[in-house]
Amino acid sequence: MQHDDVIWDIIGNAQFCSFKVKTKSQSFCRNEYNITGLCNRSSCPLANSQYATIKEEKGQCFLYMKVIERAAFPAKMWEKVKLSKNYEKALEQIDENLIYWPRFIRHKCKQRFTKITQYLIRMRKLVLKRQRKLVPLSRKVEQREKRKEEKALIAAQLDNAIEKELLERLKQGTYGDIYNFPVHAFDKALEQQDEESESESEEEEDDEDVGKREFVAEEEVEESDLSDFEDMNELKTSSDEEEDEEGSSEEEEEEEMEVEKKASRSKGKSPANGSAARKKRVYVEIEYEQETEPVPKSRAT
Amino acid sequence: MDITEVPVNQDDRGKKKKNKKTKNKTLTEEGSGESSGAEKKEEKMEKSEAAAAFPPTFSVSEIKNKQRRHLMFMKLKQEKRMQKMQLKKKKKKEREALGDKAPPKEVPKTIENQRVYDETTVDPQDEEVAFDEGTDEFSAYFNGLTNPKVLITTSDRPRGRTVRFCEQLATVVPNAHVYYRRGLALKRIIPQCIARNFTYLLVINEDRKVPNGMVLCHLPDGPTAHFKVSNVRLRKEIKRRGKDPTEHSPEVILNNFTTRLGHSIGRMFAALFPQDPQFVGRQVATFHNQRDFIFFRFHRYIFKNEKKVGIQELGPRFTLKLRSLQKGTFDSKFGEYEWVLKRHEMDACRRKFQL
Repeated sequence: MQHDDVIWDIIGNAQFCSFKVKTKSQSFCRNEYNITGLCNRSSCPLANSQYATIKEEKGQCFLYMKVIERAAFPAKMWEKVKLSKNYEKALEQIDENLIYWPRFIRHKCKQRFTKITQYLIRMRKLVLKRQRKLVPLSRKVEQREKRKEEKALIAAQLDNAIEKELLERLKQGTYGDIYNFPVHAFDKALEQQDEESESESEEEEDDEDVGKREFVAEEEVEESDLSDFEDMNELKTSSDEEEDEEGSSEEEEEEEMEVEKKASRSKGKSPANGSAARKKRVYVEIEYEQETEPVPKSRAT
Repeated sequence: MDITEVPVNQDDRGKKKKNKKTKNKTLTEEGSGESSGAEKKEEKMEKSEAAAAFPPTFSVSEIKNKQRRHLMFMKLKQEKRMQKMQLKKKKKKEREALGDKAPPKEVPKTIENQRVYDETTVDPQDEEVAFDEGTDEFSAYFNGLTNPKVLITTSDRPRGRTVRFCEQLATVVPNAHVYYRRGLALKRIIPQCIARNFTYLLVINEDRKVPNGMVLCHLPDGPTAHFKVSNVRLRKEIKRRGKDPTEHSPEVILNNFTTRLGHSIGRMFAALFPQDPQFVGRQVATFHNQRDFIFFRFHRYIFKNEKKVGIQELGPRFTLKLRSLQKGTFDSKFGEYEWVLKRHEMDACRRKFQL
């Protein structure tokens, strides 16, 4: 007992204790046999010759006791008692071993034992739940991947690729008739018409057939039966609106040439025939926006 | 006078104090020395200097002084650049001189050009592949028998960003439901999903408040793919975006899935969406594979005429990188892995890609 006070005076209050950890509000004791973990006069295992703790090893709890009679034998100082796994039985064991011991130590031993059993239970529960596996990331690898991704993004040219794909799908007709430019089919039909008219106009240039009467089939669209330029103008004005304005100027020209040639050819024909034939003629009325072309036409006449 | 001057200058060039005089000297040298060569003196100086400044054993890195070393290095770079420009000009002149007879322009090498040929590249007419695809787990969709139903969930305790990401994904994928995880084990979720006729399970994994992984599991014992997710942009972070997506089923574009593995992943993505897209909605979801990164975008398109289309980005965007493909449903321990990303093998060659 005398030793205890002296020891405490030295390590607890004044000088240095290597187990002591000081913080702003409190000091802790890092000694493995300390029962509360705080640095106090009553919790210090060095400054109390009669002391007891609970320690846990691999899921098993033990009660350690130290008495003053064994203070001279450091190797045999701590008496180790294995506690039962049953909580109540273990508490009884503690009581039985620490009978006649100071109240503080008994109380703190039981508290510590309770805490230990609680965390052991929690550990066992956690093992059963899903374990979260932590995968370490290598910074170098991550940076490399990030850079590769940026470069890949630039190389991908996403907007262009998407637009191209969509246009291709439109061309192939996956959208059906939703959009009103199935203009490809339309253009193709027009082009066919133009080709036919051009081939015929080449024939006309021979100038052999001017004024000659020919009996031609009704369905032939290219035979224009107009005798007057007025009629021709009418034809031009009675045009449908075109959806695609891109090819309009070209087609306008072609169409005009076509009409011109028709007019020249038809001079030889009788107007009566012309009007009758015109009604039966099957042709596609095409409207063009007349912005520039008509002016030179009228001058020519 | 000449003789005495030369060694001074040589010294000057080799190891010297950085001062204006030197700098000016070097500048004038470069600017006018080569072209003017007015004085014999200068030429001589230059030649001897050049000879002295870069003897075979001298390299820029041997100069101890950092500033001088830096200067010398810059000069070296400038000279190299000039040489390159001159070479280019010469070539261009030759080209013009030849006119039509000039050899065709060389195509620049890109990584896509130089890609190492992968023997699992799928040939469009390959019958075996076609047969496989006709009988695999996704054939049911492509034949129109079943409709996809997707369950989207996250890892434990998702943060705000992940939750919003899940919600936005649910608007992109039709017939998708978002459920909170609440600590349930995936292995127990899966039989419940199967019982309720879900066809896809999509789990977004989160790390540090940001989604970083995705597990896409096709349900009645289909393949499970695990991706790394990066560069997630939520809707409000996308610039120039359009209004929110409507309920119409979007179209799907799958680009650049060439190899066998790529094909199977592509089919997985395609089976997420219903087979008959509603063109009225004009929405398109794109999965574009470039160098093993799969970029996901969601757009609304409009055809201005038959040669031009305008697209407007809605919806979230993210990039995926495939980490592993497993045959059955999600089972990390005992599952049979069809393909796993092995970094050392696969990342060794810059031009080799898997998808």
